[in-house]
Amino acid sequence: MQFKLFRVSAMLGVLVLGACPCFAQQPPEAAAIRAEITRLRQQLDALEARLAALEGGAAAAAPAPAPSNQVAVPEGAAGAGGPTGALPVYGTAGGAVSGAKVFNPDMAVIGDFLGAAGSNKVAPTPALEMHESEAAFQAVVDPYARADFFISFGEEGVGLEEGFITFTSLPGGLLTKVGKMRAAFGKVNSLHNHVLPWTDRPLVTNNLVGGEDGIDDAGISVARLIPIPDVFLEATGQVFRGDSGENLFKTSKRGDLTYLGHLRGYQDITEGTNLDLGASYARAHNPSGIVNDVDLGRFTTQLFGVDATVRYKPLRRSIYRSFVGRTELIWSRRQQPDGLQRAFGYYVSGDYQFARRWFIGGRYDRSDHADDASLFDKGESAVLTYWPSEFGQIRGQYRRTNYAIGPVANELLFQFQFSIGAHGAHPF
Amino acid sequence: MTNRYSTWLLTALLAAPATTHAQAKLNVIAATQDLASIAAEVGGDRITIDSIAKGYQDPHFVEAKPSFILKLQKADVLIVVGRELEIGWLPPLIQQSRNGKIQQGAEGYLDASIGAQILEVPTGQVTRAEGDVHPLGNPHYWLDPENGKRIAKEIGDKFSQLRPGDRAYFDQRVTDFTSRLDAAEKRWLAMMAPYKGTKMVSYHRSFPNFAERFGLNIVGYVEPRPGIPPTPQHTLDLINLMKQQNVKLVLVEPYFDMKTPNAIGRDTGAQVLVVPPSVGGTKEVTDYFKLFDYDIALVVNAIKQSGAKQP
Repeated sequence: MQFKLFRVSAMLGVLVLGACPCFAQQPPEAAAIRAEITRLRQQLDALEARLAALEGGAAAAAPAPAPSNQVAVPEGAAGAGGPTGALPVYGTAGGAVSGAKVFNPDMAVIGDFLGAAGSNKVAPTPALEMHESEAAFQAVVDPYARADFFISFGEEGVGLEEGFITFTSLPGGLLTKVGKMRAAFGKVNSLHNHVLPWTDRPLVTNNLVGGEDGIDDAGISVARLIPIPDVFLEATGQVFRGDSGENLFKTSKRGDLTYLGHLRGYQDITEGTNLDLGASYARAHNPSGIVNDVDLGRFTTQLFGVDATVRYKPLRRSIYRSFVGRTELIWSRRQQPDGLQRAFGYYVSGDYQFARRWFIGGRYDRSDHADDASLFDKGESAVLTYWPSEFGQIRGQYRRTNYAIGPVANELLFQFQFSIGAHGAHPF
Repeated sequence: MTNRYSTWLLTALLAAPATTHAQAKLNVIAATQDLASIAAEVGGDRITIDSIAKGYQDPHFVEAKPSFILKLQKADVLIVVGRELEIGWLPPLIQQSRNGKIQQGAEGYLDASIGAQILEVPTGQVTRAEGDVHPLGNPHYWLDPENGKRIAKEIGDKFSQLRPGDRAYFDQRVTDFTSRLDAAEKRWLAMMAPYKGTKMVSYHRSFPNFAERFGLNIVGYVEPRPGIPPTPQHTLDLINLMKQQNVKLVLVEPYFDMKTPNAIGRDTGAQVLVVPPSVGGTKEVTDYFKLFDYDIALVVNAIKQSGAKQP
């Protein structure tokens, strides 16, 4: 207590001595300092009274100290129709700050560092690259909805990867999202980079479904469970503005929207094994007929997709052993000035977890080109992944790609991923 | 049109309470079998109960399977362990459940930890340099019968809030459960009393509440940090510590690999016990009472055999 008194007196002294020369030059500041001195005097008085009360026993009641989250109305403000008495100070008192923080969204940042060695003349990637830093902000909006934002910082720019509101409890069992989101076309399109089982995306994604960003657009999504006893069957309908990928979908009129449908069926086979099947359809205008922002050709692209995933994870040893096998088959019907191109592509992949932190996997890729179905690329990959903890991942991938045009590419890709902040959901 | 709509709405409103609230059983989903067991004790025949995580799987790493969404979709009450135990899998399931009643903060959402005594709440700055640390304290709090009573009370209050007509029924069942648990706890404490202060190590930090209640002294962990698998150096340090302090028991949860614990056991002469931390952890442990019956018998027998009791 004595130390406190000394500290307050010393502060007062410093303020009084230090402030003296300023009085004449800066009257508004001087007024503020006087107000501060008054406040400190009040505090000093209160502290002295408390000290006296303590020394004199409980009988001497101390006057209540001035609340610390209030300041006096500045001199001159009184009588001007403004407030009188003490003003509350927001954002400085501990309680106010922590109260505000309670409503901060869950925040996380996930870093994705990529490296490449070997040769690739067709689709080269940099030797070393901080490919993506994804910032996630997620919170409940109100009793009816939650919001999720994923902002992706590349080396050259920032993009909103996803930002949407989800209405969690609409009548009729409808799960509705509004905003910008990755479309529910197949499996890989809806996955963020950091949950992919590879360092890259399959050839069929690059050739037929818009590349790394894929179908990722502003729109509305409605999903409903179809009531069949003991079977999970979910139908999703989505409408987007109509812009996705560099060369996939492009809209030039308000009415040229992307329409997308997805049906997902899921069934547990045993407690550790399950099967996940999906069928997808998307239709939108493509950019091949657009000249000077006018869609002269009115050409559309239709995509059809089928996906299947088998998962095995014995419950007793779920942190040590697992297997995921998956495939996606995609057909593209692209109208363009030289006629209709019917392209097809697929991948098959498998990942086996052989220790708590180790995974080994492989992938086979084959895909026609969307704009020239007579050309096709194919590739094979072998992947080894190590998890130092739940929050970091190191991955190496050997990839051999036979491009339709250009020499065979043999590459060693490697990846470091790391996440800080809120604990996210584990991928499923 | 408006009239017809109003009539329809009025009819629906009038009909709804009569049909849906007429003693319909509460559909309760618990995140774990422990909570399901306590909820069944409290709810009796006025509820239906199901759970998500099995007692023999690591509750931190449950898969967010769509089949669980089907369970949650129709739930009236969701009881969670809380303290971020389920953070890796339950939030996406709740979000996709399309069920407003069980969203976090809604009437049907119950965090069972709110009344419980929570240990190991970190103080000061928390970083993941300490592993997968739970910033809200150790979530394995149900392994103390005193907390079992507190959980039952919270569940009883929640059920009564949702079915006020059955309040007396739920209150009576909470009282009955509490008195049976009191009697059992006396028995368990008596069984453990001679072995108070016995030192042991466990794989993960699953047993602090159990150890505190029954007077055991957990001096180390097979995991170097929560959620980080054993490293050779840490294992060596642990073996040295166990030899120094004459520790003769290693408790392992049923979902961890036995290789390192067995190696520690061979090196130190300690017994390695697979101790289920949850109802359903082994086939004999079918309810909350049997969980303590089983674990305490297992530990007491092992202490007797190993002579691990401290001087």
